[in-house]
Amino acid sequence: MINSSLINSSLTQLSHMLASKQISSVEMTQSFLARIQQYNPTINAYIALDEEKTMAQAAAADARIAAGNAEPLTGIPFAQKDIFCAKGWKTTCGSKMLANFVAPYDAHVISQFDAAGAVNLGKTNMDEFAMGSSNETSYFGGVKNPWDFDRVPGGSSGGSAAAVAARLCAAATGTDTGGSIRQPASLCGFTGLKPTYGLVSRYGMIAFASSLDQAGPMAKSAEDCALMMNVMAGFDARDSTSLDRPKEDYTRGLNALSGDQPLKGLRIGLPKEYFAEGLDANVAKVVQDAIAEYRKLGAETVDISLPNSQLSIPVYYVLAPAEASSNLSRYDGVRYGHRAAEYDDLMDMYMKSRAEGFGAEVKRRILIGTYVLSAGYYDAYYLKAQQIRRLIAQDFTEAFKQCDIIMGPTAPSTAFKAGEKADDPVAMYLQDVYTIATNLAGLPGMSIPAGFAANSGDKTLPVGLQIIGNYFDEARMLDVAHAYQLTTDWHTQMPAGLE
Amino acid sequence: MEWEVVIGLETHTQLKTNTKIFSGASTTYGAEPNTQACEVSIALPGVLPVLNKQAVECAIQFGLAIDAEIAPRSVFARKNYFYPDLPKGYQISQYELPVVGKGKLTIQVPAGKHSEAYEKTIHITRAHLEEDAGKSVHGAVEGMSGIDLNRAGTPLLEIVTEPDMRSAAEAVAYAKKLHELVQWIGICDGNMQEGSFRCDVNVSVRPKGTEKLGTRREIKNLNSFKFMQQAIEYETQWQIDTLEDGGKIQQATVLFNPDTGETRAMRSKEEANDYRYFPDPDLLPLIVTEEDKARVKATMPELPEAMKARFEADYGLSAYDAAALTASRDMADYFVAAVQAGAEAKPAANWVMGTLSAKLNAEEKAIADSPVSAQQLAQLLKRIQDNTISNNAAKQVFEALWLAEGEVDEIIASKGLKQESDSGAIEAIIDGVLAANPAMVEEFKAGKEKAFNALVGQAMKASKGKANPAQVNEILKKKLT
Repeated sequence: MINSSLINSSLTQLSHMLASKQISSVEMTQSFLARIQQYNPTINAYIALDEEKTMAQAAAADARIAAGNAEPLTGIPFAQKDIFCAKGWKTTCGSKMLANFVAPYDAHVISQFDAAGAVNLGKTNMDEFAMGSSNETSYFGGVKNPWDFDRVPGGSSGGSAAAVAARLCAAATGTDTGGSIRQPASLCGFTGLKPTYGLVSRYGMIAFASSLDQAGPMAKSAEDCALMMNVMAGFDARDSTSLDRPKEDYTRGLNALSGDQPLKGLRIGLPKEYFAEGLDANVAKVVQDAIAEYRKLGAETVDISLPNSQLSIPVYYVLAPAEASSNLSRYDGVRYGHRAAEYDDLMDMYMKSRAEGFGAEVKRRILIGTYVLSAGYYDAYYLKAQQIRRLIAQDFTEAFKQCDIIMGPTAPSTAFKAGEKADDPVAMYLQDVYTIATNLAGLPGMSIPAGFAANSGDKTLPVGLQIIGNYFDEARMLDVAHAYQLTTDWHTQMPAGLE
Repeated sequence: MEWEVVIGLETHTQLKTNTKIFSGASTTYGAEPNTQACEVSIALPGVLPVLNKQAVECAIQFGLAIDAEIAPRSVFARKNYFYPDLPKGYQISQYELPVVGKGKLTIQVPAGKHSEAYEKTIHITRAHLEEDAGKSVHGAVEGMSGIDLNRAGTPLLEIVTEPDMRSAAEAVAYAKKLHELVQWIGICDGNMQEGSFRCDVNVSVRPKGTEKLGTRREIKNLNSFKFMQQAIEYETQWQIDTLEDGGKIQQATVLFNPDTGETRAMRSKEEANDYRYFPDPDLLPLIVTEEDKARVKATMPELPEAMKARFEADYGLSAYDAAALTASRDMADYFVAAVQAGAEAKPAANWVMGTLSAKLNAEEKAIADSPVSAQQLAQLLKRIQDNTISNNAAKQVFEALWLAEGEVDEIIASKGLKQESDSGAIEAIIDGVLAANPAMVEEFKAGKEKAFNALVGQAMKASKGKANPAQVNEILKKKLT
């Protein structure tokens, strides 16, 4: 088995290899574990590995394949963001607070992958409680961007991002509250999709901001994302915000694309606010080139406006911390998680346990959230932010009257250097300036590799093109992404030195 | 100065659902600690609440029973505070938009030392769904406090009144009426010892005749009507004394100590909480449609007010009697069973409310556990009706029934209680009485009506109480005129 062909294969190809017995799941899994052994000490993408559990799943998958009841993902090794509870696995959410927490139950997403016969390679590093855009807030240390080890992979799903980019897994899961799948996908050069809010159950996914959190696939291609969506999406009665709608096959349109202009008739909206000040010129050039490519594929472009989009960040940084401050109250040292070694009384136990268990960014957001929900401030902050949130959603409703899909940059720049923004929260928050509005509106958003741009260093770094669809339009978004990936090869490139 | 007390109640009724309000864990009382605490009850990372439809139906039933508006859309909110028995660090409750809006409940206030019995309508402000917290357990673990999360997530309906009550008696009458109603419609088991029905009472006083409400103090967690009465009376007097001594009432939460009969303020720190309420993003707004209401309504039993009206119309009972009989569903059921077994309504009502209730109270028994069945009571009333026994003898039969000495006719026979209705025999007795009491006869003839009663008494005595009093009257009257 040639390692490089394995690691660069699509999920469909891997599935064929397994089905045709070219390789067993045990062998495939061992190959990835070997790569993890080799590179993870440097990259720090995984924070929990359990070879015994992983290999047991691989062996079970082989038995299932032999029995002839394999599903498309059976036997394929995936990385799981450490935000998902997985029974018997240490599930830390990147925090000291949960550094020793072993989940006694499976998140819905984990159960879905298990039921599909997929293999769990391990749990990936992340910003603490998914709060961050560089993976630098993780209690378990930063993650290296596989394209340049001096740079961050983005966040919060930085471990999954690096694992996909460095080919330390076939594909990975992530979660996206304000851009945590798409921004790392942009910075690490792969395909990531944040589905419509409510499409993937949040049960067992450790909450950051409940009304914004959404799990999605992080993979090499749109086709891989579509296969993963078939497993991840679907109604779950244990999540009251899960949408009860018929199951979809997200791959259904992929093979129907044909001819020189497979996207003829597609109207792409280009929000002027997404190409304004703040966008790196080199990044803008790559995005414009990608849009030009789309015109070649038959699409037409329409100039649109999302007038309230500049309010996205302030609205988000009221609402997300408000929900987080409440969601994180359960980490009190009483039942599980970190408890201070010594304390005088109950209040002291609470204060010391939380002061020791949470990192600086988490504390900052708990403070912001507590403040905006306080008596006397609630109307001015939380309520006002909710009102603007509706206006932001309304902007998209209006925009989708003029276009079928919206495109723009995913992130304002390529990957930045570790430590560069660590002391400047607002600069860090601006990383999500183009992604946050879709979370606020509940819309699906995607990032696909669109090329490379020169940055401050001598290297060129990946740039993502963001695709925003209307509610439940994931299948169309995947088709649109796939059409581009059929004629370009940005998504097949991998970082040098990791072959 | 004359003072007026103003009282409002907040009652937490534990809903009789099989599972918790936001999870599938059991709600059975008294299980080993933490054996009914699932991952949601413990608030593990990643768990989510799912609303129990049965709890919603209970709330709708209550709303219908108090003639309240049921919100087509209500919202669950998070009430944030830290406490060891509150696993999420917030309680899911309804804040701005409760499921049940304004309603009303008519109460019967019993006669007091200086007052007649009367009816009053108490306005209910709202009733909302929420989850209960767990319990802190002290002493079970050496040197530590334990937490039992079995109760965490148990569904509660918190029922809030307007400040409509003006005495401890009214407050207790309301609490009793509510207690009966929630059991009547089957949404709560009413067990106050197990905490299924807990009252917080807001008490303030003001100079009689003034409008402005005084500063209130809230008496927390009263779990018996007796304590409620005592606590309100003590608290009212304390507030009046404080004001008359020139003091001021500080808003506070107070606890009642049954041993001393006193109320005492908890630490004022508790009052400083800012609960940071906001809509729970994990739960969608609760939508109740007209169809939902109709479906729930179809499953509900006849309500006390409707039954009361029916008792008045069908049985010719007074409003007071009908209200008393429908004070509890068990009593109403007992009365109906007695009537169905052939008892006449009016005497059945009198016996149920009189002799039977007195005996049940004295023996601290519930009517559902009455040793005298409704069928036995009906048979007893038939024997009074057909002149087999006198009312006095009937009381003896009742006592014997209570002690399970047999059925009605057996007891009458074995105790020789059958009354004498043979006019010849009664005449003979009366003749003897007249002969033995010539003085009384003279007095009667001289116009003293009392003498007649004395002669009846003599005749009854001579018959050892067995003579039919009506016949004695009749024959005596004939003989004396």
